[in-house]
Amino acid sequence: MALLELRGISKRFGGIAALDSVSLDVEAGEAVGLVGPNGAGKTTLFNCVLGLLRPDSGTISLAGVRIDTLPTFRRSRLGIARTFQRLELFTGMTPREHVLVALRVHGGGHRTWRERLAVGRPRSPERREADQLLSITGLSDVADVPVEALGLAYGRLVELARALASRPRLLLLDEPSSGLDEAETAGLVEVIGRVRAEQGTAVLLVEHDLEMVAAVVSRLVVLNFGRKIADGPLLEVMADPGVRQAYLGRAYLGQGR
Amino acid sequence: MSQLLSYAIPGVPFGCAYALMAVGVVLTYKASGVLNLAFGAQAYVSAVVLYAAVRDGWPTWAAFVVAVVVLGPVLGLVLDRLLFRHTRTAPPLVKLVPALGLMIALPAVTDMAFGTGPRRVPPSVLLDPTRVYFRLAGTAVSGEEIATTVVTVAAVAVLALVFRSQGLGLRMRAVVESPRMTELAGIRADRVSAFAWMLSSLYAGLAGVLLAPMYAQVSSTDFTALLVAALAAAVVGGLSSLPLTLAGGIGLGVAQQIIGGYLPSGTILSSGLRPAFPFVVLAVLLVTRRTLEASPALGDPLASCDPPRPSLRPPARMTEVALGTRAFTAFLVFMFVVTALLLVPGNWQFTLTQGLVFAVVFLSITVLTGMAGQISLCQASVAGVGAFTVGQLAAHFGTPVLLGTLVGGVAAAIVGALVSVPALRLGGGALALFTLSFALLADNVVFPYPWAGNGANGLTVPRPQVGGISFGTDAAFFWVALAVLLIVAGAVWLLRGGTLGQELGAFRGSETAAASIGIDIVRLRVIAFALSACIAGVGGALYASLQQTISPNDFNYQFSLVFVVVVAVVGIHSVAGAIEAGLAYAVLQQLVSTLPSRYTSVVALVFGLAALSYVRHPEGVVPYAKRWVLDRAEQLARYLSGGGEREAGRTGGSGPAERLAPGAGQSPGERRPRSRLAAAIVWLAERQPPGEPAGR
Repeated sequence: MALLELRGISKRFGGIAALDSVSLDVEAGEAVGLVGPNGAGKTTLFNCVLGLLRPDSGTISLAGVRIDTLPTFRRSRLGIARTFQRLELFTGMTPREHVLVALRVHGGGHRTWRERLAVGRPRSPERREADQLLSITGLSDVADVPVEALGLAYGRLVELARALASRPRLLLLDEPSSGLDEAETAGLVEVIGRVRAEQGTAVLLVEHDLEMVAAVVSRLVVLNFGRKIADGPLLEVMADPGVRQAYLGRAYLGQGR
Repeated sequence: MSQLLSYAIPGVPFGCAYALMAVGVVLTYKASGVLNLAFGAQAYVSAVVLYAAVRDGWPTWAAFVVAVVVLGPVLGLVLDRLLFRHTRTAPPLVKLVPALGLMIALPAVTDMAFGTGPRRVPPSVLLDPTRVYFRLAGTAVSGEEIATTVVTVAAVAVLALVFRSQGLGLRMRAVVESPRMTELAGIRADRVSAFAWMLSSLYAGLAGVLLAPMYAQVSSTDFTALLVAALAAAVVGGLSSLPLTLAGGIGLGVAQQIIGGYLPSGTILSSGLRPAFPFVVLAVLLVTRRTLEASPALGDPLASCDPPRPSLRPPARMTEVALGTRAFTAFLVFMFVVTALLLVPGNWQFTLTQGLVFAVVFLSITVLTGMAGQISLCQASVAGVGAFTVGQLAAHFGTPVLLGTLVGGVAAAIVGALVSVPALRLGGGALALFTLSFALLADNVVFPYPWAGNGANGLTVPRPQVGGISFGTDAAFFWVALAVLLIVAGAVWLLRGGTLGQELGAFRGSETAAASIGIDIVRLRVIAFALSACIAGVGGALYASLQQTISPNDFNYQFSLVFVVVVAVVGIHSVAGAIEAGLAYAVLQQLVSTLPSRYTSVVALVFGLAALSYVRHPEGVVPYAKRWVLDRAEQLARYLSGGGEREAGRTGGSGPAERLAPGAGQSPGERRPRSRLAAAIVWLAERQPPGEPAGR
């Protein structure tokens, strides 16, 4: 049984089929790349998995449990976390607070009267864990600067740290490298690698930068116009003529032969 | 059938005036993303000017030209230039507050200029208003009604043509999405929005002039009701379709007359429901049509050109300055208590107590709007629930006031939670409208009942008595108010730093992301509404006990609007802000009441200016001023301590953060300050120059 199982997911927006009967498995601890041209339905797929959108048909299960009727926050508590292509930060809060609020939500259990009244301060193990997460993601130096004063690259890291703070079994990364330069992307790859090594998190990565995809994942899934057109080991899929055609068009394929 | 028609036909001209305003609302919404709540006020200005000019013996056509053709567009241009041009891509609250300020300021300023005496109806512009031209299904149709209908249909048709032939609608949408991108596409964004504002204000003026003769006299409250009806019509058209908006407006006018005709006359239901009908329609439409539903905000793709918005939290200060601020605050609090008790004469003591009570009510806005980012325009109504609960309990069961206050808070919390449930999916401006229609409904239909606010007679509420100690005098009640304020403020302060406060902060920052980290946003929203309503209810109950007699007029919708503007301007993000706002509001009112009566509109002017300043300083004017002063103090302290700058060492690191730094020398992460002093200096060196207008 795979960690995440999508079966026949379809989603239409008016006349456009954003997802057309897509099935996909992600095993526990596996890193899968999800690529495809713009408008292929990658972000829609993420939104369906986390419940920000309801698919028109199809089922989604996490570790064998159907989750497609659950609201977003329940799915998050079951162990799915994501980052956003367009940053969705908590304006006015610092990176440390981003991490702490996620940690507290997933911390469970009220032990003191203050926690019961929802006025509890972070516990010391939580603060330690936050410090740890901030240092893994390289945010220690800016931990107490409000996020709106930080740049895009830091914003991506804050989103990553916040996602990790919910201790996910499955991490959905939506174009984490967009807007970053090469050195920044390399730093991000390093962080993702470290987190996977330490926590065994499964990753589903949407990304246009194939170099970054290759550095992170071992398996590649290709979407085109809402359909899955390829699914397999990284190198095999990248060599697939259908995939090359979807990405680069017919003319390139003709010359390449 | 003929009876139905005889009710329906007089509804058409009403509906036409709604539609005219609605078209203006749609225009400005498209061009600036602002739901211009000041439209009713703008219509009122034109109607009053027309009336005044005719009274002074001008020919009707000349008065019309001045009041509508000249004044309308000029007012629109001024509003666009001064206010709304700067808020296109701003958050909902920043868009709303200037409109609210104008909604209060414009009628007051107009009254100041033209006097407030009873105004007879101005003559109709086109045809002889009283002459019956023909009969339709047995109903007399006057020149007035013909003129209104013909002008409206013609005006909407012309606008629809302009839209279609010039691609104006598309350009307006582009300007709201991203003014810079629009300019890059070769369109003068400012000109598009100025044009839209001039045109829509012309329509507002036209609606005002056409509608005025249908009421017994020209009064500003009628025009607010008109605005809500227009908003409902605009929502029917999905805030974009002009023909649907016209149909919506006319349908609303007709339905309102039919309902008025069939309801049994002489009851509160009929006298209240007919004017309240548009509010009900608006609320239902907002919830069901979802035109204004919180959508994943697209934001301006070129937003990164802007300097970062000023942070909501006050920056960390050098130790010396922080200590100085604390000492100064303590001194102020001490002086406040001493003055309130010993030095000030009676009515000022009452005023200061009133300030404390307002502060409690304002804390409800701090929680809901400041912390959770939800805009509510019904806080005064919710406070009214608390006040009437304590009044009714005291009158019927002789319940002690303090116990009644608690029950009032609970009752208000229940009402608040109930209001939030249908509004769960509404965001920003839509939520504001929904709560406004709730407030209007409470004013018109609920509060007049004897079991609620008891209409104009109102209720009497005693001062509290604990055991043998009576808090009957103003001086004694001061302590009660202070104690309640301290408890509420302490609770809010605890919440801010605790789990709930952090979750509310996350919710305000991004609902989507909050849900995606496991926060139950539905539950959180209901909690935020209930908690805020509870605080408002307690404040309302306290206010009732302070005033001793209360009536629904003390809690009408206008107070809700005023409250939001006051708190937003003085500082919506901190507990201290609410307290300062409460005191400032009470003191300002008292100061104005000592002025001769014709200057009382000065308050409204202050509001207008506050709205102006808010656009420039959305973090609040007082926080901005504080920051400015403390910046100076810090510079002085640094100068006095001498050469502290050398302490801010620069250390290079090799972690990923350094490599990911968005630009060398700019990122705060590049420097690792050693001490608090050094941290303050680094901050000081990196902050934007204090004189610069922020967030533009």
